[in-house]
Amino acid sequence: MKAQAYPFFDTTGVPDDLCPIAVKPNPMLPGEWRSMKPIVDRAKCVKCAVCWLYCPVQCVVEKRAWFDIDYATCKGCGICATECPQRAIAMVEEAA
Amino acid sequence: MSAAGDAIAIAPESEAKRGSTIVCDGNEAAAWAVALARVEMVAVYPITPQSSLVEYLAKFVADGTLDAEIVDAEGEHSVLSVLQGAALAGARTYTATCGPGLAFMFEPYLRQPGLRLPMVMSIVTRDTLTPQSVWGGHQDAMSVREVGWIQMYCETVQEVLDTVIMGYRIAEHRDVMLPVNVCHDGNYLSFGATRVDLPAQSDVDAFLARPSVNWHAALDPSRPMAVDPLTGGAGGPGPRTFVKYRKGHCAGMQNALSVIAEAHADWERHTGRKHAPLVESYRMDDAETAIVTIGSMSGAGKDAVDEARARGVPIGLVKVKTYRPFPTDAIVGALADVQAVGVVDRSVSFGWNCGPLYQDVAGALGRAGRQVPSMSFIGGLAGADLTTDHFGRVIERVRQLARDGRSGPTVWINEND
Repeated sequence: MKAQAYPFFDTTGVPDDLCPIAVKPNPMLPGEWRSMKPIVDRAKCVKCAVCWLYCPVQCVVEKRAWFDIDYATCKGCGICATECPQRAIAMVEEAA
Repeated sequence: MSAAGDAIAIAPESEAKRGSTIVCDGNEAAAWAVALARVEMVAVYPITPQSSLVEYLAKFVADGTLDAEIVDAEGEHSVLSVLQGAALAGARTYTATCGPGLAFMFEPYLRQPGLRLPMVMSIVTRDTLTPQSVWGGHQDAMSVREVGWIQMYCETVQEVLDTVIMGYRIAEHRDVMLPVNVCHDGNYLSFGATRVDLPAQSDVDAFLARPSVNWHAALDPSRPMAVDPLTGGAGGPGPRTFVKYRKGHCAGMQNALSVIAEAHADWERHTGRKHAPLVESYRMDDAETAIVTIGSMSGAGKDAVDEARARGVPIGLVKVKTYRPFPTDAIVGALADVQAVGVVDRSVSFGWNCGPLYQDVAGALGRAGRQVPSMSFIGGLAGADLTTDHFGRVIERVRQLARDGRSGPTVWINEND
């Protein structure tokens, strides 16, 4: 979590039964609720960057010899696996 | 819009009118109240019989009488959504609507009291569809009586002006923090022109503090928060959290009863004008029977009571001004000594086959253990006139109730007109 430029709202003196507000940052990263996760087969990956281009949440990270996934922000949509010309990405169930 | 503390520019010709007596209708009186209350943002969409009210607002903004931002929104849903954003940013806000416009506004209308965002909105009451009608009746306002807004019904044009201003004092009170509907009867009050005393700006400024409406929830980059996050009863933070907010809302409504009374008393101190805050007892001393009224019909009702009193009939009238929160104790107190009660509604509670005000009055008396013969009268629908002759017949029927000693079926006053 990046540092906030301002402190969050101080609720001191505000009755807690007045209006529902949330003042604690809750990032709810997709890694906490994703149902399928992409696994990159490093031997098949040719670093064409098609997955990197298509990923809607920019969670594909470049390594020296392959592309990999940031599992904190990946939501498991599977677009990378569908688009990969080398069929190097497989979608697998999260811990069942 | 001027920042807090700035001298606010008022057009010289409108400055001269403040503190003087003018002749105007209820829609213009409401617009004057908005100017005097120094409302900072209005959003509007016209609808009969409210249209001239928002035309007055637009004119007042254009000629400098009202120093506010005005948004001509594309519909009532946007009108109230715009104003919720403005209020969360700290502005004092106002709009007016009725009938189908209120229906189209319903979704943000539901959210406003739950956010505990103070504002004043006039409902220029209109009977609802269908049958097609563009005329007065309380059906629109009565249909939203359980949403959680404060509702006050006016009898006169002067009361419209005074109540819109008082509405801000009530809505913004820290123990209340709820939106206020000031209801004035379509056609009868919206277009009926009478003599109206405009309070001096200095009196209104002394009566109303600078607005403070977003101290509890705000759209403000310097104090970030999420407003209205998901608060379920089945999951998430658990049932108790949802219940807590509902109970808090109910507590705010009940607190409003004393705040409304206090605001009316203070208004009298500043302007010399006295309006009954919750219910008004008219000629109720030694009254054996009573009629209960709401809104502009009360004038004809009082005239009919005067005529009956002149003939020696011991009857009085109780007018309900504050309808939500329902002033249970004040109603039970006002009707403590009568032997029969007739309640005249300008709207219908379909499931109960009676008027909604009747239902509330009967409920309040019943819970207080008072078994009083009572009867519901429904009249004045879709702009129909309620005359002193009608009230004369209501009075005779209520006296008959006292003689019979039991309640009677609903009477539709204009059935044969």
